[in-house]
Amino acid sequence: MMEVLDPQTREAATAEAVLAVTGLDVDIRTPTGTVRVVGNVSFTAYQGQTLALLGESGCGKSMTAKAIAGLLDPVASVAGGTVRLEGRDLNAMTPRQRREVAGPGLGIVFQDALTALNPVYTVGSQLGEAFRIHRGMNKKQARAQAIELMRRVGIPEPEVRVSAYPHQFSGGMRQRILIAMAVALGPRLLIADEPTTALDVTVQAQIMALLRRLREEEDMAVVLITHDLAVVAEEADDVCIMYAGNVVESGPVATVFSSPTHPYTKGLLESVPTHARRGDDLSSIPGSPPELKSIPSGCVYQDRCPMAAAICRQERPELRPTGANQFSACHFSESLRAGATATPAADSVASPETPSTLQEETR
Amino acid sequence: MLTYLRKRIISSALPLVVVVVGVFALARMTGNPASLYLPLNATDAMRADFIAKNGLDQPVLVQMADYFGGLLRLDFGTSLRTGEDAAAMALRAFPATLQLAAMTMVIAIVLAIIVGSAAALKPNGVLDRFASFVSMAAASIPDFWLAIVGIWVFAIYLGWLPTSGVMGAAAWVLPVATLVMRPFGALVQVIRGAMVTSLSEPYIKLARSKGATEYRVVTGHALRNAAAPALTVAGDLTVGLINGAVVVETIFGWPGIGKLMIDSILQRDFAVLQACVLLTALAIFVLNIVIDVGYALLDPRVRPTAGARARSKARAIAPGPDSTTPGGPAVPAAAGANA
Repeated sequence: MMEVLDPQTREAATAEAVLAVTGLDVDIRTPTGTVRVVGNVSFTAYQGQTLALLGESGCGKSMTAKAIAGLLDPVASVAGGTVRLEGRDLNAMTPRQRREVAGPGLGIVFQDALTALNPVYTVGSQLGEAFRIHRGMNKKQARAQAIELMRRVGIPEPEVRVSAYPHQFSGGMRQRILIAMAVALGPRLLIADEPTTALDVTVQAQIMALLRRLREEEDMAVVLITHDLAVVAEEADDVCIMYAGNVVESGPVATVFSSPTHPYTKGLLESVPTHARRGDDLSSIPGSPPELKSIPSGCVYQDRCPMAAAICRQERPELRPTGANQFSACHFSESLRAGATATPAADSVASPETPSTLQEETR
Repeated sequence: MLTYLRKRIISSALPLVVVVVGVFALARMTGNPASLYLPLNATDAMRADFIAKNGLDQPVLVQMADYFGGLLRLDFGTSLRTGEDAAAMALRAFPATLQLAAMTMVIAIVLAIIVGSAAALKPNGVLDRFASFVSMAAASIPDFWLAIVGIWVFAIYLGWLPTSGVMGAAAWVLPVATLVMRPFGALVQVIRGAMVTSLSEPYIKLARSKGATEYRVVTGHALRNAAAPALTVAGDLTVGLINGAVVVETIFGWPGIGKLMIDSILQRDFAVLQACVLLTALAIFVLNIVIDVGYALLDPRVRPTAGARARSKARAIAPGPDSTTPGGPAVPAAAGANA
């Protein structure tokens, strides 16, 4: 079983770790008290690979991304843990050092390109801004760089369009501009926060292809935040599944999707409609995630878990290894592992690139 | 731009006519000038002679037709009081009002940008609460009260400033300080609100993600977006100063159009009053066009011509959204051809 996964494990081991997050906590101050929205999150993103943060809305994945990028809202703050970008602790930096990293070290792509772009400036001046800030270029040089970037991300007639305003572009083109901005200074890490959520399906595929091409060209580490299982299956090397601010399972995508060792992952995969017929009920996880104010003291998933037992109410499970590079925060991960059969859902979300024999052999 | 101007001129012509008709009719309801300009013991013959000479014996409609006929020949009538050309009197008084308004607005805008932006940096912080209190107070204090208290304290009690007139820089202090209050208070509130909104927009995070300094984020990105709503309010407030500084001009003896207007109402100097109103209305009309143009400059989304041009250009380049790059980012080979 280990042998089958070996190629991937070795790759992960030799590839340079670009981003290492350990025990990250994020708190939000509310009028009624402090709420922990991200708790004890750890993961590592490797050069040239994509790590997906997967979870429902409100599970803390975007908050994790903002904490890494240092873009938390004033009410939120990092309460613990370390975020290391190429070995340098981002949280220990002064604001000035942090600004120096923002752009050359770390780029971020936001979800909604229309609101993320400043409506009163041309895309050219916004694309060129990074060069003016970090490379001290003048307007003309920055504009030339902007045109080059626009050409690189596939915007037609960049010499003309460089003077246009964000509202004069289509949604897909705006997202391309946003991506161009994030990679402008060749960052080592690209965080893509639901980059395709606001787009229609055909454009989504183009944007994901663009991200993949840029990742290969720049040899960046990519942290992809999404709630889309199919996107994770197709694009990511590793996946971190988050629930109520905690990582519940992590590991290589192929392994996690073919043999989940956390009941939440299992539930997610089973919710993917596969061979559903008209009239059949679609499978879903009953209930809804807990309110962040009232996360239970034991396992975060206890209220919706079909396997919940007494220990789940008393003790929060730590992330424990359950396979090659696979980790799960469940008291019963071993029994899940033992009973792991390739769920039908895994077939449907697994991409063509995922060798289907893998599932057979890992069993 | 020219089409826009033409449209604006046509649409403003009617309100302008209505204003002139209204003032014309209302002024004549204040009474007959004859009883003011002739001595108390004037004979009926003298009275009739004065009325006939100034055309006041005609029906109001005929007088009005005469007046509009004169306007077409740029004849605004003559002052009953001085016999001078009414338009010349109004034009002579107007610069004093404009200077006062300009000085007031420049100071109010600069102060409001500083205070409003600073308050918006930490909503509900100490500074924000203080600014909110000060701006509320400034916007609510009646200007006639402030003017009188100002004169009493600084001109009479302390003797630092003149009570009235336009001689020297010191004479500007009290009128400007009085007039600044309301626009300052109103603008602080508007700029603070607009800055709080724009500082919480995602484009601020994008600017920070590029490593922009806090100064650049606040002034370059947030303030630039807050400018358009602030301009609209500043425009309205300027209008208020151009036609509404009557009280302050009267109190400080400022020889502006507001004082001239009051004087001509009191003295039933109809031609001068009408000339003043017409001039003020024209100034407001021009100011509104300037505000509209300024707004379009500040916010590219409302630029009618530029937007349409770029959109048609965009259509020529890409027939549909993203359709030129099917299946991924194909770099257009001939993109550099149009240089």
